[in-house]
Amino acid sequence: MQGEPREGRIVVVGASLAGLRAAEALRDAGFVGSLTLIGEEPQPPYDRPPLSKQVLLGKVSADRTGLPQRRRVDAQWRLGVRAIGLDPIGKEVLLADGEKVPFDRLLIATGTRARPWPKPAEATLDGVFTLRTGEDAGRLAERLDAGPERVLVIGAGFTGSEIASACRERGLAVTVAERGPAPLVGALGGTLGALAAKLQRAHGVDLRCGVTVTELEGDGRLTGARFSDGSRIDADVAVVALGAVRNTEWLAESGLAAGPRGVTCDAGCRAFDMYGIVTDDVFAAGDVARFPHPLFEYQLLSLEHWGNAVAQAEVAAHNMVNPGPRRRPHLTVPAFWSSQFGLNIKSVGVPTFSDQVVIAQGSLKDARLVAVYGYRGRVTAAVSVNQAKALEYYERLIETAAPFPPAPGAADRIESPVPVPSDVPDPKTLSHGPTVALTGHLPDRRLTLVQPAR
Amino acid sequence: MNIVVDLNRCQGYAQCAFLAPRVFTMHGEEALSYAPAVPEDQQEHVLRAAAACPVQAILVGEEAGADAG
Ligand SMILES: Cc1cc2nc3c(=O)[nH]c(=O)nc-3n(C[C@H](O)[C@H](O)[C@H](O)COP(=O)(O)OP(=O)(O)OC[C@H]3O[C@@H](n4cnc5c(N)ncnc54)[C@H](O)[C@@H]3O)c2cc1C
Ligand code: SF4
Repeated sequence: MQGEPREGRIVVVGASLAGLRAAEALRDAGFVGSLTLIGEEPQPPYDRPPLSKQVLLGKVSADRTGLPQRRRVDAQWRLGVRAIGLDPIGKEVLLADGEKVPFDRLLIATGTRARPWPKPAEATLDGVFTLRTGEDAGRLAERLDAGPERVLVIGAGFTGSEIASACRERGLAVTVAERGPAPLVGALGGTLGALAAKLQRAHGVDLRCGVTVTELEGDGRLTGARFSDGSRIDADVAVVALGAVRNTEWLAESGLAAGPRGVTCDAGCRAFDMYGIVTDDVFAAGDVARFPHPLFEYQLLSLEHWGNAVAQAEVAAHNMVNPGPRRRPHLTVPAFWSSQFGLNIKSVGVPTFSDQVVIAQGSLKDARLVAVYGYRGRVTAAVSVNQAKALEYYERLIETAAPFPPAPGAADRIESPVPVPSDVPDPKTLSHGPTVALTGHLPDRRLTLVQPAR
Repeated sequence: MNIVVDLNRCQGYAQCAFLAPRVFTMHGEEALSYAPAVPEDQQEHVLRAAAACPVQAILVGEEAGADAG
């Protein structure tokens, strides 16, 4: 880094959660130079989690989830224009409108986008949706308002399951198709996956696991779908919830270690180049980043979690304006929440980084519990269902690599105190891909994970 | 005025739902649901709710990028 780190030009590409939080943190840290935020979407930063919850339920309109600003960021906002390239020598970001924006330091916060339905002719049928942006959510909510006969949700990860939940709450008929053995199994493993399957069926979802959708039918308008088991349904709305694709294409010629798995960076959010040499002026944060985590054997992790975008953006910003010895690592314990079918699900740690799981509090029967995950005798994750207050305790166990199974808590009677295999499936068997990608090996199987090429 | 709640931090104490019921509601037993864009006449209530939240999970501010152009 040349010159005074609190001066100069900082450019942030990606004007959403991570970009905004980084901009605020840069100003908090005393950055007085010029700050430019570049965002492809025309609207200022907004929050995505409500899109599959409040917005689909019709409680909040899609253009009303704008993120509040903690402080003035005094930035030049370049919204509605996409960055299409990065010149690492000339230190410029190239925009789709032909403009070149020079920088001294750059933050990459371009996140992910929805993975589209693989057959373009079917993807463009009227009635076929994805859900990632406010615009997507607005269009889908409008269609749900119109009262479709049946909604097909393709992929039962978190987004797909939340969409199914919102539809049922609206009283709409829903079919969910999932290639894996159960909903949420890619994120939470077999025990909670089985609970999720039971819940969906109890709420009237026509849940079909172990099948894929082979064809979306229609002539201009969606009319139905065919499945790999030979069955078919009538449906007038289909939501493709097949997971996310990282927005890294614009970095293809940049010489950075950027590809389908994200932008690889060190624990201080500094991006690596394609030779594995760390840069000192290009940083990455949020869904697009891939970074080593000491609690999970320094495997590279990509987390599609709100809390990670916030925490990593703050670390990136700090490190962009502080000299080497004052820099901080991003070591936050991963955490996320989801609400669906009337339940509050929260997770800390990485449940897929496990070989065993035990119900440490509560019971599956009451759908009120804490499941604790372990890997080789230490606690690596905990997931609560309607039992959020207990999680803080387990977060400390994860941070301190406490022994697994944990000693029984005094508070609660336990249904199954015996650990069982955590049954984390190979991501290749899922429709949607996990929301945490461990890009090394699955811990219990020593497999090298290769993301399915779609 | 806009808000965002850090639902990783939120413990579902429902303090906010008590103080500003038109903005915060419980969805099921434990999950908090809220309106991110706060109506003018609810701003006072929301400020009180943000102050009362035991884990300081509610962030209040002007909508980001309002100065964008
Ligand atoms: C429907 C939905 C529900 C969710 N629910 C939860 C939840 O309950 N709990 C949870 O923990 N997380 C949830 N998440 C995940 C959470 O929203 C993300 O982790 C978070 O948005 C990541 O922020 P980000 O800034 O890294 O990326 P994003 O929010 O993806 O923002 C990236 C921005 O960069 C822009 N961009 C991309 N490419 C370019 C380019 N070349 N040039 C310029 N701009 C570009 C994009 O338009 C986008 O605005 C949910 C996500 C979705 C979509
Ligand atoms: S008061 Fe705070 S902790 Fe309680 S429900 Fe509201 S936001 Fe959550």
